Amino acid sequence: MSEPEAPIDAAAGQPVLEVRGLRRVFKSRRGEVEAVAGVDLRVNRGEIFGFLGPNGAGKTTTLRMLATLLPPTSGEATVAGADLLKEQKLVRERIGYVGQAGGSDPEVSGRRELVLQGRLYGMSHADASERATRLFEMLELTDAADRKVGTYSGGQKQRLHIALGLIHEPQLLFLDEPTTGLDPQSRVRLWEEIRKLRDRGTTVFLTTHYLEEADALCDRLAIIDHGKIVAEGTPEELKRQVAGDVITLGVTGDREPAALKALEKQKWVREASLEDGVVRLYVENGEAAMPQILRLLEGAKLELRTISLSRPSLDDVFLRQTGRALRDEEAA
Amino acid sequence: MKLLRDTWIIFVRYIQILLGNPTWIVIGVLQPLLYLLLFAPLLESLAKMPGFPSGGAYNVFVPGLLIQLGLFGAAGVGFSLIAELRNGVIERMRVTPVSRFALLLGRGLRDILTLVIQSFILVVLGIPFGLKVDPLGLVIALGLVALIGLTISSIAYSLALWLRSEDSYAPLIFTSSLPLLLLSGVLLPLSLAPDWLKRIADVNPLSYAVTAARAVFNNDMGNPDIVKSLVIMGILAVLAIALAGRSFSRAVA
Repeated sequence: MSEPEAPIDAAAGQPVLEVRGLRRVFKSRRGEVEAVAGVDLRVNRGEIFGFLGPNGAGKTTTLRMLATLLPPTSGEATVAGADLLKEQKLVRERIGYVGQAGGSDPEVSGRRELVLQGRLYGMSHADASERATRLFEMLELTDAADRKVGTYSGGQKQRLHIALGLIHEPQLLFLDEPTTGLDPQSRVRLWEEIRKLRDRGTTVFLTTHYLEEADALCDRLAIIDHGKIVAEGTPEELKRQVAGDVITLGVTGDREPAALKALEKQKWVREASLEDGVVRLYVENGEAAMPQILRLLEGAKLELRTISLSRPSLDDVFLRQTGRALRDEEAA
Repeated sequence: MKLLRDTWIIFVRYIQILLGNPTWIVIGVLQPLLYLLLFAPLLESLAKMPGFPSGGAYNVFVPGLLIQLGLFGAAGVGFSLIAELRNGVIERMRVTPVSRFALLLGRGLRDILTLVIQSFILVVLGIPFGLKVDPLGLVIALGLVALIGLTISSIAYSLALWLRSEDSYAPLIFTSSLPLLLLSGVLLPLSLAPDWLKRIADVNPLSYAVTAARAVFNNDMGNPDIVKSLVIMGILAVLAIALAGRSFSRAVA
């Protein structure tokens, strides 16, 4: 029922998802709420695409629209080559979707859930069973396969849910906050599984409100806030947009003011300051700046005591785009 | 064809879950059984009063109990659906190309099968008390219970998909089934009721079902209420299925 997986290199870089002006308005007693306010997106085949934003930003609503679970108020999308509005059945056949709740019954065994899901996608019982066995092997769930889902650990359960989304070998897999609630070890483990999926040719579109996750896992990402996309790019590109890199250095003999003077006029230095006895430089490209700094200090007869290079985080990106820190919201 | 295939797949899933925990079937019989043990004896002396239908206390009361079982048994099915909504099971099924009507019908068939098994148990338990059973009558009565079960469970699923929480579902379902029960003549025959109460009961489809169930248990196969109630319940079942099928295809967060 599912087509053979396309060779990765031939199809890589082609869009597997294109979204134009997607909107969703919810009517509530207090009036209309625009949960998604005109989203444009492009996800390429073979990448892990992340949707980063605080709770209530519109991530889940967007995903549910793209998975045919929720009709958009306006806008259009091409999902895995099918029109979201006119070819719902095709969209459903070609995508996998794992919601936040996961979708398994605690009273049913993992194998039974997986085979049922295959059957709902139109597979024969034999095909669904065989595919389920392979997925259990791939996700290292074979030992748990015949136990009730209620006995699974959080990580096992989430791997089962991903298997539910993969049973029909979809081209594009949507994962809604796949690692929320997992302990750090299970989270890293799941990242590995998601990378393996990409390496096998499945495009993964996931939402997250964890900065580290977006940074470590995603090839490209979009930041969404109040239903609007505020930035899009690779994690590196996004972070570079903010302020480049941060270099802090100290020199011997308390001569930091002299070091500051020697460096601050360089045109590749965006900003320089002296704080707590160390020089802080904001530069476009930290790696390229380091050798130049060493040369300049040597020319000024200054001896370097310490130097460190740090990169801005996605939190800095979010802060600059929205005026709020994502971390604060997480804590709240 | 796809509808039949998908309905069968869904039905088999829920039968497997039911077989994994068959105590629920027994628990469902418990309530009508208590009525049989602790309420029906009160009717034995009443059965001799003028206005009480003929056939003896148990042949009057047990057919009504079957209808009550159909009503209450099906009214509670929304609870399991709400749990499934919470676990994401419904969403996970709706993301596949499965027929939306199959999501309803597969569950509805499970509900019917459960009710028919429970009704059968109840009838067998009534025999030692003096219940007289006619095979054809029993089949028609079970058919009526099945139609009522399908109608009520479809409505219950629609309500569950709409309300999404036990806290609002429970009071609504219980406060609406109680007047349906009281106005059906299950507990005491409506032939004992004052005229104004009879008029209200006339608009309750279940009152025809109760009359019909009593008729078939008393070998009164020519009673026009039998066909009348089958037609009424058939129409209601179709309407309720249409409503619930829409709810399953539209279910949103």
